[in-house]
Amino acid sequence: MKGILGRKIGMTQVFAEDGRLIPVTVIEAGPCRVVQVRELERDGYVACQLGFDVIRKEKNVTRPMMGHFKKASLPPFRFLREIRMEGLKQGDEVKVDIFSKGEKVTITGTSKGKGFQGVMKRHNYKGGPGSHGSMFNRAPGSIGSSSFPSRVWKNKGLPGHMGSRRVTIKNLEVYDVKVDQNLLLVKGAVPGANGSYLIIRSDAGLPASKVDESVGGGKEG
Amino acid sequence: MDAIKIVEEGYKKKEVPPFNIGDTVRVTMRVKEGDKERLQSFEGVVIARRGSGLRETFTVRKISYGIGVEKIFPLHSPLIEEIRVVKRGDVRRAKLYYIRHKKGKAAKIKEKAFIRA
Repeated sequence: MKGILGRKIGMTQVFAEDGRLIPVTVIEAGPCRVVQVRELERDGYVACQLGFDVIRKEKNVTRPMMGHFKKASLPPFRFLREIRMEGLKQGDEVKVDIFSKGEKVTITGTSKGKGFQGVMKRHNYKGGPGSHGSMFNRAPGSIGSSSFPSRVWKNKGLPGHMGSRRVTIKNLEVYDVKVDQNLLLVKGAVPGANGSYLIIRSDAGLPASKVDESVGGGKEG
Repeated sequence: MDAIKIVEEGYKKKEVPPFNIGDTVRVTMRVKEGDKERLQSFEGVVIARRGSGLRETFTVRKISYGIGVEKIFPLHSPLIEEIRVVKRGDVRRAKLYYIRHKKGKAAKIKEKAFIRA
């Protein structure tokens, strides 16, 4: 596994060589720093904690968090997430160049909040007819039977809060990598509003040139 | 500059011939038929230009065998070989949708008497 943290910039479209228009999401990915390393012996699993988006004013960071960053002698970051990758050590820099064109990636983000929504928008219920005197428009209808089961089944789709939830999209194609600008172009849409944080991962390992052989649990770890 | 613009800049055409609404243009496009490729041209009046950056498109209208035909081209499409201005039109509007309802002489667009350099 390899991964990087980033921020959704927005969507646009670009031309393929054969003239087709490809919808792409532009992601500002990295540069990230390894703030902490999880080891098999001490933590029970192998991972590294990446930090993204530097906080410039130290007064905006809590004391305990500042201590955490001081230990790694790194600046404070806004977005910290662990990614199960090995072969990196504290302070290492992770840049977009770990990904290459055409690769499939998994992207995790927080979906746009929709507030309290009814059953038609939230669970794709059909609703009733809009006119002809119908008074059953967007209501959920019956939510169960009486003698059996005499209760509402668990997981019955009902109105409630929608969105603002962790969403993962798999198999997104990397359309282009712009290392100089730290930009990643991914084909298709990605969860969340523009400016929201994303975790970009891939099952493939880090490129060999990026791995420090002296650290990590090794391949069998 | 914002990142979206940086990305779009990389896919834009280096040079787009200057043309305006009301101009008569000849657009040459590469068309794939089976495994062969040939050039196809479409000549008509530019009745609209919309969008900005990489996503800009323009609409060309012509009368083909008595039937009005409009084609929308993405300005930066790599399939467009050439955009040649045949005539400069003199119009007062940015969108010439009204010529859809005009026939014959009324649908004609005045040619620019002189072109400012």
